[in-house]
Amino acid sequence: MVICPECESSVALAEPPKVNEIIECGDCSSELEVLTVDPLQVALAPDVEEDWGE
Amino acid sequence: MTAATRPASAAPFAVVASRLRADEKRVLEAFERRGLPYEFVDSRALWRELQQSGTPWSFVLNREIGQARALYAARALEAAGATVVNPARAVDVCGDKYRTSVALRDAGLPTPRTALALTPEAALDALEAIGYPAVVKPLTGSWGRLVSKLPDREVAETVMEYIAALPSPVSHIVYVQELVPKPDRDIRVVVVGDEALGATYRSSADWRTNVARGAETRRCPLTPELAKLAVTAAQCVHAEIAGVDLVEDTDGDLLVLEVNHGVEFSGFQRAVGPEVPVADRIVDHLIARSQSCFE
Repeated sequence: MVICPECESSVALAEPPKVNEIIECGDCSSELEVLTVDPLQVALAPDVEEDWGE
Repeated sequence: MTAATRPASAAPFAVVASRLRADEKRVLEAFERRGLPYEFVDSRALWRELQQSGTPWSFVLNREIGQARALYAARALEAAGATVVNPARAVDVCGDKYRTSVALRDAGLPTPRTALALTPEAALDALEAIGYPAVVKPLTGSWGRLVSKLPDREVAETVMEYIAALPSPVSHIVYVQELVPKPDRDIRVVVVGDEALGATYRSSADWRTNVARGAETRRCPLTPELAKLAVTAAQCVHAEIAGVDLVEDTDGDLLVLEVNHGVEFSGFQRAVGPEVPVADRIVDHLIARSQSCFE
């Protein structure tokens, strides 16, 4: 369980997280990036950039 | 430890990415199911010194989401001696819609009528030649972003004014394409190695049928013709792993639109089901590539 840095809601993680994993806050839909797993820390994920894609 | 100082005895495989999405997680899980050592490398922390020989990893799966970072990650790691999948030349061609169209034409593949205009003013002339309705696309971009349907010259003139006002000179190079009359769907074929794994229809109320824009996916029969077109399209842009996009015209003939080097396959995987495990096939391909290098 982590706290969303945007809306301060609790965000549950279904599985053991991985560093760099993107998760979504169920309350505010913010994308969060897992920074570290021990201790579990998240931050708002970077915004989409112009050249992102497939 | 940085990419430049990691010992050569590190895992032979690396996955380079900055965002660990569901697709990347599936690939990492496929490595783990095989007990295959790998290293996840955050591309945002990656650097290589040109004079340093050797690389910490022999085989790198490039899953970077940003086109510029993906291209230079591939170039830097190849310069250091790694085999990168997809290779830099594939990332380079696939990242440029015009270069992709040239490669498709040179391979003799059916593709929509396309023009390149060097200014927005010239694009208006190109559009008259191609005919309305038509489509303009940024040379680099994905997910249908900034792809514009132009029903007539009046709308085209307005869109060209906006394009002319964009700050980057490369934005003023206009890729013009006929709008192919098609059903409300296109086709995505996922290619790994020289094999088409399967195909999906992508349907949407939006004329842009990108999954990133909410298009729905369902299984499409993979005919020999479809498979051959897709594999040839991937090969002509040097992509070992690719998402090939095609459309059917009103006669049912297939046209290749583009080839994606960083294929997103979550929607595809949902549609085709577990009997076509894309992530496992990607890892199998990397293993096969590594074995062929050591034979």
